[in-house]
Amino acid sequence: MLLESLAFIIATTLMYSAPLIFTALGGVVSENAGVVNIGLEGMMTLGAFVGAAVGYFAGDAWIGFLAAGVAGGFLAFFHALACVTFLADHIVSGIAINFIGPGVALFLSRYYFDGATQTLSLSLDAKIPRPLNGVFEQNGFLDMVFNQYATVYLALLLVVLIWFVLYKTRLGLRIRAVGEHPKAADTLGIDVFKIKYLAVITSGVLAGFGGAALSVAIVSRFSATLVSGQGFIALAAMIFGKWKPQGTLLACLLFSSAQGLTVFLGRADLQRFLPIPSQLLAMIPFLLTLAVLIGFVGRSRPPAADGLPYEKD
Amino acid sequence: MSKEKKRLLSASPLLFTLFSVLTGLLVGAVVLRISGYNPVQAYRVILDGIFSRPSYVAYTIIYSTPLILTGLSVAFAFRTGLFNIGAEGQFIIGALGAALAGAFLNLPPVIHAIVAALAGIAAAAIWGGIAGFLKARFGVNEVIATIMLNWTALYLNNYVVTLPGIKRPAATATAFILDSARIEILPLWKMSEAGRAWRMAHPFWHDILRTPLNAGILIALFLAFFCWWLLNRTTLGYELRAVGYNPDCSEHVGIDVKRRMISSMAIAGGLAGAAGALHVLGWTRQAAELAAMEGLGFDGIAVALIGGASPIGCIPAGLLFGALKYGGSKLQFALRAPIEVVNIVIGSIVFFVAMPRLLQILARRLKRKKETGGDSHAA
Repeated sequence: MLLESLAFIIATTLMYSAPLIFTALGGVVSENAGVVNIGLEGMMTLGAFVGAAVGYFAGDAWIGFLAAGVAGGFLAFFHALACVTFLADHIVSGIAINFIGPGVALFLSRYYFDGATQTLSLSLDAKIPRPLNGVFEQNGFLDMVFNQYATVYLALLLVVLIWFVLYKTRLGLRIRAVGEHPKAADTLGIDVFKIKYLAVITSGVLAGFGGAALSVAIVSRFSATLVSGQGFIALAAMIFGKWKPQGTLLACLLFSSAQGLTVFLGRADLQRFLPIPSQLLAMIPFLLTLAVLIGFVGRSRPPAADGLPYEKD
Repeated sequence: MSKEKKRLLSASPLLFTLFSVLTGLLVGAVVLRISGYNPVQAYRVILDGIFSRPSYVAYTIIYSTPLILTGLSVAFAFRTGLFNIGAEGQFIIGALGAALAGAFLNLPPVIHAIVAALAGIAAAAIWGGIAGFLKARFGVNEVIATIMLNWTALYLNNYVVTLPGIKRPAATATAFILDSARIEILPLWKMSEAGRAWRMAHPFWHDILRTPLNAGILIALFLAFFCWWLLNRTTLGYELRAVGYNPDCSEHVGIDVKRRMISSMAIAGGLAGAAGALHVLGWTRQAAELAAMEGLGFDGIAVALIGGASPIGCIPAGLLFGALKYGGSKLQFALRAPIEVVNIVIGSIVFFVAMPRLLQILARRLKRKKETGGDSHAA
């Protein structure tokens, strides 16, 4: 019973972590290059819709997943255009993205799905597969924990990849240089604008993946309330993770474990012993985030030039 | 960053805002055109939907009232160097407080309405103040704190409205507020025999009285001027703006920066709370369970940005947004066009507002292009 409960919580945690990890990694890439991306929520919402819609029409979740990345990147291009080329205030542009992304998603949803604000469901076998299905003994501990959607493993791999790129490659050094001191980077011959565009568009692609990890893996369709603030939670995870991929991973796991715990405590068999109203349970992830932020103050510092427009003399 | 933000916003002239609004509307037209709708026809539907009947104008005002107030909330915090994404949650708490005080207190008319509104405002001021306190005491980024408080507010609301004794039978909402707490224009008289007879004889007023037009707009206008006065004509406002402009310098000249941060967020919270309270007292008469965020607080961010973060600017910006929202709601019925085009228009307006140097940079580019003989190198 105890082991089973533990497996349940771990499994739910991992499942819910994938959309957050993708999106938060997007934040890491963008902000390390000095562009604040509060528009992650909007990019994630558009990605969730495009992933579900393309996945539905193509009958293949992977095609949807890739299309979601393209859609997120497309939206991010405008954020880059505003912030990098036209020296916009990053937060204001991000807010605009958060209106435009969900606006376009719902507009297209009504357009293609007969006026509805949700897409039709993918068939079960068209969803993102579970690669380790059947490897372990059915309903055993290992099966419960590791029989996850492929997006979960992809998200974890991406953490390693982004860490490697940021800290072990020349490109990563350039990205961080641009975020810390664009002028110095410029003097050394780094194309600051190109790096920033690359980073922001990558962040949009990742946020799009994050949205699709919700809409074609955890559930099988897009609906108006699907994303509801998860892009903002990913943003919080990035800040709590000190703008680093490894820290961000841990923060995402913490937030999704709060979600996992909420689902666990809400289970019917547990509600009999421990009746907690579901609305109060639903507050846990948010209150936990606040508690954690209170406890870890002062130790997180954004890249030095994060959020500052950079203008060539 | 907030200094930069402030500079950009205060430098943004009225003309550029108008340019942004027009460009945003143009983007909406292009989106409609691409999707096969006639944009001219669509904008005519929206315009007719706003102006063609007295009741439509009344509804536009009703839609705009909470937007002006949440806009004020965001703008006020902005002016003091804080970014209040929490207007949404403060709105929910204000609505809940007013609904409870309106339903369960027993007071004479007018006084009851005032008490209920103040109850909502006070609860929301505390809610906003929490974010200010967390920033002042623990250095928690107010953007993140208010996002978390938004969701906490939503679930707290859903918990409270379904409590036995508060919940109305056969509904997932609080009991209706008492008539003594309502701020609608003569709600009882207009439904009475005499009221009906009078309305029959006055078709113009009859049409207006069909809507829940209420005193909220007057209070919103009053609060906009009050905020302007508070920020620009009082010591408190001066100190608040000083903290926003340069916290270190303010500290040196003896302003209690932390305290001012808390008061600023509390005032911002109270303003968003007023939006929620007046919405309940003037229209919905209840606080209902929320499946998702209603978005009036988030919309306030757009209103504040379009209004140039000035309290007075929030009035036309809120009216514009309210009009687009109400007029746009008729697109679905008239043309079967998705109403979300309004969000795209608003988003585009904010997007252009974010780039006050757009034209200057474009012009510089063009000039450089001419000089180098058409060699256009991106960035």
